[in-house]
Amino acid sequence: MKEVITGAEALMRSLENEGVKTLFGYPGGSIMPVFDALYDHRDKLNHILVRHEQGAAHAAQGFARVSGEVGVCLVTSGPGATNTITGIADAMIDSTPIVVIAGQVGTQFLGSDAFQEVDLVGVTQPISKWSYQIRRAEDVAWAVSRAFYIARSGRPGPVVLDFAKNAQVDKVEYEPATVDFIRSYVPVPETDEEAISEAVRLIDAAQRPLVLVGQGVELGNARSELLSFVEKADIPCGCTLLGLSAMPSAHPLNKGMLGMHGNLGPNVKTNECDVLIAVGMRFDDRVTGRLDTYARQAKIIHLDIDPAEINKNVKVDVAILGNCKETLAKLTSRIHAAQHTMWIKSFGEYEQIEYDNVISKELFPGEGPLRMGEVARAVSDATGEEAILVTDVGQNQLLSARYFRYKHPRSIVTSGGLGTMGFAMPAGIGATFGRPDRTVCAFMGDGGLQMNLQELGTIMEQQAPLKMILLNNNYLGNVRQWQAMFFNRRYSFTPMMNPDYMQIAAAYGIPSCRVMTREELKEGIARMLSTSGPFLLEACVIEEGNVLPMTPPGSSVNEMLLEC
Amino acid sequence: MEKIFYTLIVYSENIAGLLNQVTAVFTRRQINIESLNVSASSIAGVHKYTITVWTDEETIQKVVKQIEKKIDVIQAHYFTDDEIFLQETALYKLSTPELQANPNVSKIIRRYNARIVEVNTVYSIVEKTGMTEEIISLYKELQTAGCVLQYVRSGRIAITKSCVERVSEFMSDREEKYRQAKLDMR
Repeated sequence: MKEVITGAEALMRSLENEGVKTLFGYPGGSIMPVFDALYDHRDKLNHILVRHEQGAAHAAQGFARVSGEVGVCLVTSGPGATNTITGIADAMIDSTPIVVIAGQVGTQFLGSDAFQEVDLVGVTQPISKWSYQIRRAEDVAWAVSRAFYIARSGRPGPVVLDFAKNAQVDKVEYEPATVDFIRSYVPVPETDEEAISEAVRLIDAAQRPLVLVGQGVELGNARSELLSFVEKADIPCGCTLLGLSAMPSAHPLNKGMLGMHGNLGPNVKTNECDVLIAVGMRFDDRVTGRLDTYARQAKIIHLDIDPAEINKNVKVDVAILGNCKETLAKLTSRIHAAQHTMWIKSFGEYEQIEYDNVISKELFPGEGPLRMGEVARAVSDATGEEAILVTDVGQNQLLSARYFRYKHPRSIVTSGGLGTMGFAMPAGIGATFGRPDRTVCAFMGDGGLQMNLQELGTIMEQQAPLKMILLNNNYLGNVRQWQAMFFNRRYSFTPMMNPDYMQIAAAYGIPSCRVMTREELKEGIARMLSTSGPFLLEACVIEEGNVLPMTPPGSSVNEMLLEC
Repeated sequence: MEKIFYTLIVYSENIAGLLNQVTAVFTRRQINIESLNVSASSIAGVHKYTITVWTDEETIQKVVKQIEKKIDVIQAHYFTDDEIFLQETALYKLSTPELQANPNVSKIIRRYNARIVEVNTVYSIVEKTGMTEEIISLYKELQTAGCVLQYVRSGRIAITKSCVERVSEFMSDREEKYRQAKLDMR
């Protein structure tokens, strides 16, 4: 005979059935039966109590991004659920697999404006991969399995389960469910062999090919397939912000970051190459700059798992649908080995220009206040390039992403598409649970740190070994830079008065230090990395520093400013 | 780019809330939906949406892919008018005294091949099935005759000129491949 259990207990077993071991959450009225069931599953399900539901969503994201598993968060109805919205939208645009389980009022109250009722399915439909209301205990096993299948398959994304309270307490004859097929959903589209042939023909004939590496390579676990492909065809690569750790920074074919604040070489060369091969990236406006001048001279080949990305922003000549782990391998087996020595060498000129005008000033300013870039590089060096970088949003993000170096896959966690300030601390917490074996360094500005400051409580309680690096310039730096460049230096509400972060860290019992000079920085980093558990390193950096180079909005990808 | 009148046919699972998801794709791109019809299809459990819009080909291609991306949408296709058979229906409520007083009105109704489906002392109801232009033109003539009390026009319904519903082929193909993959795993 099947066991008769509550819907809440069925949820616990369904989560365990999906291999869940960690969840991030916050209890409340409409999810209490679930938290009650969780009490008996504490040995198998490690629940991390956050301090705000936004933190739970970002922590689930950080967990998912570094581990490749589905991140889970568990919150109550109404405000608990709406507090996760930013994280859901962020996970949607950055293709991060998370499952958000929220309580909901009982079905008899639905639509009556009951206490803490919000139409969560209605609110999250446009920003989630799938959103479903569980109204009956019988549906729990099926809905949870379907949710995980949708979140992790194909192009990953966030799934919302809105769990009505009566379905949590009602009894059900529980039977585990496994959903691995949905007739209306094609997670991995079929690859057109003719498209492969056409791409092979273009690649074999190319004189100046360029590969754009996106997060799809990470999501498809396709590093070795990517490297085999670019090494055989001898093609230089540029990585998107989210694709930075898809290939090692030190690889000779890795020519750096694409986009508005990327490296000069790959951006300029985008408008010089004859064949552009985009792998698992979506031609975001921050990558392309002005669209009508973008790579017009090139034949464009686009490898993606999502048919809706083809021709969305940039019209392409050949679309190769499918998982890039397979499509890259197909290409590699059919192309001829080639050498593009002169073309690859031609990047050197731009590397030198960027080094002389931008990089040397950021990394070796000699005297004066610390620069964000040199702090990031010093931390990266001190970890032997082994660490995971988590960033907030703004100057701290772009400069740490530019100057950090990446050895292993899944080594950068940043809010790329949505640009969510306050992301780094909770995402960093999630990352420490996703990969407890790796060092996790979260870079934040003084703006973003304060947007989810409450999560220091989570760090304290869990002793999450997050290495927090606060790049404090007493400004909302990125907006200030734009005000300086495009708004006549009218610093409208970007200077910011700051608290004493050492006292804040001390209040939470988190070891910390503040550094002003290069000598202090070196010591501070050594102390941070030798301290077990969390640490806050505050680096007081140049107040009016700028992120360079920069493709100003509306400019072509090859028109980068080296100074401003 | 030139704007063309397109008819989208969308097949989906019969799930509450899906209409919202489909129409949201148009809203995001600031495209007005001219007409919308939702009904059961010839396949059990599958709903069929017929949506008409004015837009250009590049946009309609993107819209169709973004609709198809919704988990519970089975397939979406777009058509121009020459690729489909299409019909609309309209109901006209006319004042019976006016109708009787003006012999021209019944002539108009006959000329348009419209049917009178209800007559009582107060009002009569006329039904017309056909193309948009005919329906509107009948309305204008009746309006000129001064006897229209109410008027409503349905959304377009359309059927493709190909023999089978592509969606049933698609689904049997998917199910066959899934079975095959399961067998291969064993």
